[in-house]
Amino acid sequence: MTVLDEMRVKEGVDAETVERVKSLSGTYKHGWNTEIETDYAPKGLSEDIVRLISEKNEEPEWMLDWRLEGYRRWVGMKEPKWAMVQYPEIDFQDQYYYARPSSMLEKPKSLDDVDPKLLETYKKLGIPLKEQAILAGVEPAPGEENRKVAVDAVFDSVSVGTTFQKELAKAGVIFCSISEAVREHPELVKKYLGSVVPQSDNYYATLNSAVFSDGSFVYIPKGVRCPMELSTYFRINAENTGQFERTLIIAEEESYVSYLEGCTAPQRDVAQLHAAVVEIVVLDDAEVKYSTVQNWYPGDENGRGGIYNFVTKRADCRGDRSKVMWTQVETGSAVTWKYPSCILRGDESQGEFYSIAIANNFQQADTGTKMIHLGKNTRSRIVSKGISAGKAQNTYRGLVSMHPKAKNSRNYTQCDSLLIGSECGAHTVPYIEVRNNSSRVEHEATTSKVDDDQMFYCRSRGMDEEEAVALVVNGFCKEVLQALPMEFAMEAQQLVAISLEGSVG
Amino acid sequence: MAADPKQQATDERLAALTLPEGGGWLGAARKDALGRLQAVRLPGRRDEYWRYTNPTPLVQTAPALDVPDQVEDPFAGLDTLVVTIDGDDISVPDTVPDGLEIGTLRNAAGADIHWAKDVYGRREAAGSRPVSRPLAMLNSAFATNGLVIRATGQVTQPIHIRTTGGTDPILHHVVKVESGASVTLLESGVAGARSNIVTEIEVADTGTFHHIRVDGPVRARHVNTHLFARLGTESTFKSFTLSAHGALTRNEAVIELTGDDAVSHIAGAAFGQGDFHHDDTVFVTHDAENCESRQVYKKVLRDGAVGVFQGKILVKEGAQKTDGYQISQSLLLDDDSVFLAKPELEIYADDVACSHGSTTGAIDETALFYLRSRGVPERDATNLLVLSFLAEAVEEIEDEGLRAHVSERLADWLSRD
Repeated sequence: MTVLDEMRVKEGVDAETVERVKSLSGTYKHGWNTEIETDYAPKGLSEDIVRLISEKNEEPEWMLDWRLEGYRRWVGMKEPKWAMVQYPEIDFQDQYYYARPSSMLEKPKSLDDVDPKLLETYKKLGIPLKEQAILAGVEPAPGEENRKVAVDAVFDSVSVGTTFQKELAKAGVIFCSISEAVREHPELVKKYLGSVVPQSDNYYATLNSAVFSDGSFVYIPKGVRCPMELSTYFRINAENTGQFERTLIIAEEESYVSYLEGCTAPQRDVAQLHAAVVEIVVLDDAEVKYSTVQNWYPGDENGRGGIYNFVTKRADCRGDRSKVMWTQVETGSAVTWKYPSCILRGDESQGEFYSIAIANNFQQADTGTKMIHLGKNTRSRIVSKGISAGKAQNTYRGLVSMHPKAKNSRNYTQCDSLLIGSECGAHTVPYIEVRNNSSRVEHEATTSKVDDDQMFYCRSRGMDEEEAVALVVNGFCKEVLQALPMEFAMEAQQLVAISLEGSVG
Repeated sequence: MAADPKQQATDERLAALTLPEGGGWLGAARKDALGRLQAVRLPGRRDEYWRYTNPTPLVQTAPALDVPDQVEDPFAGLDTLVVTIDGDDISVPDTVPDGLEIGTLRNAAGADIHWAKDVYGRREAAGSRPVSRPLAMLNSAFATNGLVIRATGQVTQPIHIRTTGGTDPILHHVVKVESGASVTLLESGVAGARSNIVTEIEVADTGTFHHIRVDGPVRARHVNTHLFARLGTESTFKSFTLSAHGALTRNEAVIELTGDDAVSHIAGAAFGQGDFHHDDTVFVTHDAENCESRQVYKKVLRDGAVGVFQGKILVKEGAQKTDGYQISQSLLLDDDSVFLAKPELEIYADDVACSHGSTTGAIDETALFYLRSRGVPERDATNLLVLSFLAEAVEEIEDEGLRAHVSERLADWLSRD
């Protein structure tokens, strides 16, 4: 299917979401595998592997030292067990920590030199790596120019290419893979890497510090509104291979950027590890929007295979009046452990978190956010919608902390859970810590089942049960879906329906 | 390797205590509890369940405070059946209303067969899963006395347990409400500088149990209580606690709804200042269909006081048509006070309606201004607003007379602050 065909099909998606969902054959549409020759680092984890990854990325000495320190700390750490997820012990020595398509041995000079098989992979995923193309699913309004989205495509352990780099450079925006940034912009990387998520922050972040192979780097200079949306698309293709990407976004004073992240993986029987770190630094009056559609392979209906997704994401609103918005649609992964957080350090800074987490079959999701209010007049808002179906377990875990100096701050939290079926679970574990009295904190949570009246209404208008559930669930998620950039909102709506397919009855 | 601080604290405390003499059913229950305690050890500062409250004053071998003065009787003037506990000496009234049996644990221990055998330590052990409650285990092992109360009919006169004297009592009460029976239990007084009180309650099908506890305005006291309740089909359990001051209070309530159509309401109103640290930890388990549970907790905090609420609703698989509600709110009267909350839901059934809410903030300036502009002095205006804030919890007391009585005491104590 060409990109153009894809676009036509996706047109008018609002009215046809349900129809479209039905037309998709499998439950997980990105489960195919790209037949490609891959070079692996030897299996297992050791100082030598860390050195090897650093060498493959042609890194300077300081970067290797940083990684090695991370590795040494990780060896002494224990895997956290507090999340409400259960999975067999992970053998960290039975994994590959570096996998690269052989054709990427020599870094291609331009996108034209990239292995056509890789380009084909992204095309099939609806991610155009050609600069004239636009992201699938979005057609410009009549008379309007195409909306551009710059893409950094990460395939297993390497970045395959980054589009629109030249055009972005004109605006002063740096958008490249993190390995390139380490070589080309060491002063920025040195200054900010690990400054939001310290090397030994937690078990998986520490592991990532040691073995991260690629990821994206974004720098928006002072006063610049990034001329297009930036996005990174992560694809795990190789078997028994973990992906450990690291993303660093720096928004200088008065700048703005919207960043999208997508991820998929082939359908395999053996679980695979994904441990990423995302750090965002936001200075005075800057704003960053970070949107994720996480659609890693969730495992089959018997709970075999799938991605273990252990991710640390944190934004540091260092500047006054800075703003961060996390939006996530979590439909994939066998196990999710992820808490995108905001440190509201600057006065009047704002953090927002909108999340839809869907768990079906044997999926387990433990996700939420932390809002740490340190500055005066800071604001945060949390809207979390958890949906459980099949035999899945879905947990919202969050922290709202008002420090003594965070005078006149506000938080509003709403977390709603929806249960579909009698064998799943929905849990809410919020921590609320208020240490001054001029701040106001409000937390609400509800758990319910799909409303009978709404179902009856849909059914009486001729929808079958699955369609009706998809519609009701889309309504339940609306507040979050509306917070997503347009490109993602459509994909997300469809994902919500696909993920629940087969959960009724 | 340095000794484990939890192990060390447990060893020290156990060395300072003696297992009360006597074998029989109580001796066996004590040994069982001791074994369980030794396996989990006493709580430490790093335990997740104690993240907001330092257990040290409750764990250490001797109380850190002097024995406080006695306070007035908050239930004075009411027609109650008073049972006085002085330290661990208990005087039970000679005559009790029909349908009621009251005895002491000491006496019950001597009986070969006693109904309390099926409750003592059993509810506590069940309530220690999945979260262990080591201070309750300590209590089951070392309690020196307590009341055994059994209601077989509709008892209209409330039983009033009035504690006085003692320095560091460990008391363990056992209550059984038989099918169709009902009883109201009132608690007041000061039990030493530090107290550890466990109450195990079994409410049989269609039984009703009401409980009102008033901890009067004594500043220097360390209190640790546990309520363990199991509710049968169509039974009712309602408990309310008023806490005025106290240096450290940890009130745990563990309620299991095991019969269909059971109702459980638990509520607390607390106010304090300075070193006041008040922790309500509640765990409600729904293990039957069509049950209703409510948790309503309100705290007013001043001058650096700390309020803690850890509440959980667990709905087990199959507990369909559950209606679970939980609210925790705090009013911070100044910038030094702190409220820490962890309101949890854990749900494994789909046809349920569960909700929780938690809010924290300062007094409503507009309301305060309104009252002030009508000539109400600031202090009185604040007290009025505090009273109205706490009222939602007090209203959980079902009996109108008792509710009015408790409200009056609350208003009086607030005005004296």
